[in-house]
Amino acid sequence: MSSIVIKDLQVAIGDKEIIRGLNLEFGKGEMHAIMGPNGSGKSTLAKVMAGHPDYQVIGGDILLDGESILEWEPDVRARKGIFMAFQYPMEIPGVSNANFLRAALQARLPEGEELDATDFYHLLYQKMDLLDIRREFTARAVNEGFSGGEKKRNEILQMAILEPAFAVLDETDSGLDIDALKIVAKGVNTLRGPNVGILLITHYQRILNYIIPDFVHVMFDGRIVRSGGKELALELESKGYDWLKELDAEPVGAN
Amino acid sequence: MNTPANSVDVDRDIGNFFYDLTPARDAGVGLSENTIDYIVDVKGEPEWLREFRKNAYHVFMSKPLPTHWAGDELKEIDFDVIRYYLASGESAKRSWEEVPEEIKQTFERLGIPESERKFLAGVEAQFDSEAVYSNIKRAVADQGVIFMGSTEALKERPDIFRKWFGKVIPTGDNKFSALNSAVFSGGSFIYVPPGVKVKHPLQAYFRINAENFGQFERTLIIADEGSEVMYMEGCTAPKFTTATLHSAVVELVALPGAKIQYITVQNWSPNVFNLVTKRGLALENAEIKWIDCNIGSRLTMKYPSVVLKGRKARGEVISIALAGDGQHQDTGAKMIHAADETTSNIVSKSISVGKGRATYRGLVHVPKHLKHCRNNTECDALLINSSSRTDTYPAITVRGTGNSTQHEASVSQISAEQIFYMQQRGLSEAQAMSLAVNGFVNDLVRQFPMEYSVELKRLIDLEMEGSVG
Repeated sequence: MSSIVIKDLQVAIGDKEIIRGLNLEFGKGEMHAIMGPNGSGKSTLAKVMAGHPDYQVIGGDILLDGESILEWEPDVRARKGIFMAFQYPMEIPGVSNANFLRAALQARLPEGEELDATDFYHLLYQKMDLLDIRREFTARAVNEGFSGGEKKRNEILQMAILEPAFAVLDETDSGLDIDALKIVAKGVNTLRGPNVGILLITHYQRILNYIIPDFVHVMFDGRIVRSGGKELALELESKGYDWLKELDAEPVGAN
Repeated sequence: MNTPANSVDVDRDIGNFFYDLTPARDAGVGLSENTIDYIVDVKGEPEWLREFRKNAYHVFMSKPLPTHWAGDELKEIDFDVIRYYLASGESAKRSWEEVPEEIKQTFERLGIPESERKFLAGVEAQFDSEAVYSNIKRAVADQGVIFMGSTEALKERPDIFRKWFGKVIPTGDNKFSALNSAVFSGGSFIYVPPGVKVKHPLQAYFRINAENFGQFERTLIIADEGSEVMYMEGCTAPKFTTATLHSAVVELVALPGAKIQYITVQNWSPNVFNLVTKRGLALENAEIKWIDCNIGSRLTMKYPSVVLKGRKARGEVISIALAGDGQHQDTGAKMIHAADETTSNIVSKSISVGKGRATYRGLVHVPKHLKHCRNNTECDALLINSSSRTDTYPAITVRGTGNSTQHEASVSQISAEQIFYMQQRGLSEAQAMSLAVNGFVNDLVRQFPMEYSVELKRLIDLEMEGSVG
């Protein structure tokens, strides 16, 4: 099965160790959710997978179909099919959403091959319709003047256009009201399929009412301490995160 | 002087070739009254012009270099080793076929015939200071528009020429306008009759070929009442190891209700000193817009200006500057309000890459007896690397009651987070930088005619490629 395997991962930022021996595997066609309290290292995990330069991997490995990705630059990882939906998407003034997506798609084509403009717009409008995004959006600068909900929806649109093999959604639900949450969830659900593995990182259980995960993992203090099916999310919801401190300190592997 | 280490050489090399022509007319190196006599005699100019030039020469010699406020790069110019006049000895041509082969090849390589075939009304190409090729398309000529080289205009239309020549920019305005007034050669003369709206942009093209050669073209554009015209210039020069000097003077006159747009894309090789005086006079209800982009040269000093002389006149300067290693783009604008209800707008965006330096100098003057004048200035600077530099020197003097002025300035960087975001979408670091920088200047680039905006974007991409790492 095509998958990403994270093995005994240890990550630090400066002197501070944040991820302390994490094991996880998620494959294409699967939807995994990671939950955990603030400071557990959830967002760090997402950023390290994307290759953020601020973090150092001090132990372990991350493998894409058996190949280590740690030496790859962020854009190389992206072109190999890894996508991250940012928790705080950046604004890029003066660059329209359409041009940004065109540039991203063009970057994936071999040298000398030109992206066909008509095909591109056809694809763009198709995906925008799927996500209920209005046409005038294409001319606006990336994330500039967007509300929280619009930014998160824009992340999902980008995911829809780029069709990654593996998507990591970093707290896609944070800062959203219930209506925005439903729209984003609908978007993610339409993108689920046998060709994509999704890792959904979330703080609250609520989004998991709309996006039903196949597997749920609980992260605490830089490790995954418990894994299970979708019921685990509900258990966590009723017991709270304090319950995790009582669990066995030994890291528990996924699957 | 070392050729400045230019992180990206690719685009510069498009201009990096020259032909070993023996110029038929050459005034020799250095500047003296003899140089002036040579120029006047060779061109067969009238005596009034000999007087004018000699007077300008003396003004030039008496003025000091403005090093008390300008950058130190100015001191590198050695006036004694520059050739002030060089021509191939032919007069302006009417059709492409009649142009000498070597010169034709230069312009063919740089794309002139192609751009003429497209949509331009007429192309005047200058090669080593004489107008080699001049062609006015029938549509423009039928409208009564005069478009010729300054040398030709002096002889054929002295009535209009002398009326305005030197009136917008007097000889003594600054040391370099004086130099130009002494040794000018080439440049365009355009007169648009009342009510005529010239449909296609008029274009000129400049090129320096010989080592140590300076270009001193003089352009004069007069738009009569209610007329409209757009003029474009883009230039390139081959690379040499000793300095070359380009000191042009451009005078614009917009009579009541007229509109002039003057667009420049400057991409001289990084050893050229580009010191230009550009000013327009806008009469009642007239409009002058300068769209200026500076990418090349070692040092550019250029402050397009508008004197708002008539009521409700409008002046605008749109300026983009890109300064890389070894470059100093010292640009800006001057808006002189001299009538009620005049408005001026300045938008300047600069990008400093590597050790490049960009400077903005903006002068806005509204005297106290005027009413209801408005000025708006926005200057934004982008610094790419930690060694990049930008300075801003606004000089705003607004007096009286009922006038308003607004000045906004910003300095920013492309953040590492923005780059990471773009990389996560599959763009390499260089592509991400390029996209972000193009985004920064996008709203100004869009104001250039399409062929220029495409070339600009490409030039910025190349400059960014070298800046990463």
